[in-house]
Amino acid sequence: MTALTKAELAEKLFEDLGLNKREAKDMVDIFFDEIRDSLSRNEQVKLSGFGNFDLRDKRQRPGRNPKTGEEIPISARRVVTFKPGQKLKIRVEAYAGSQPQ
Amino acid sequence: MTKSELIERIVSRQPQLSAKDVELAVKTLLDHMSQTLSSGDRIEIRGFGSFSLHYRAPRVGRNPKTGETVELQGKFVPHFKPGKELRDQVNDSMAV
Repeated sequence: MTALTKAELAEKLFEDLGLNKREAKDMVDIFFDEIRDSLSRNEQVKLSGFGNFDLRDKRQRPGRNPKTGEEIPISARRVVTFKPGQKLKIRVEAYAGSQPQ
Repeated sequence: MTKSELIERIVSRQPQLSAKDVELAVKTLLDHMSQTLSSGDRIEIRGFGSFSLHYRAPRVGRNPKTGETVELQGKFVPHFKPGKELRDQVNDSMAV
């Protein structure tokens, strides 16, 4: 099983839409850059049909170094969560693969 | 930011492409990503993150209205793991 990468997404734009290779590559780069920049401005991203990228602020909590067992606090942080949209959830649920990953 | 705002922002950075082209490109990308996940494959975007499927085991659920029990089949759900660059960039924004 191979994973889909930016190179293949660009290839898809080249084949299906006839963008030239440069435009296709730039399009894919800018697509992910803009999503990342939006999230870095603490701005939620809502892509209808696909899903929402949300931001959550986590408070500091106690943690532990799993190797040494030493207690170290996990600092307060902001994290990205992805909530798949209804359409994507339904499409994925239909995947009949019997091999849990 | 919504999908249409994302399209506008891309158009402003790719002025040689029409808004129509960019809209079609964004739809194509999202559709291809959905397609990939629904055929059980992963997506790996360096610096952004990866999408994969997580398995949910079959369980006995309950109809919240009637209280009746229902057998729920095992299923797959999409999962996103942010990449290091995205994690760091987002976390740094909290300090600002």
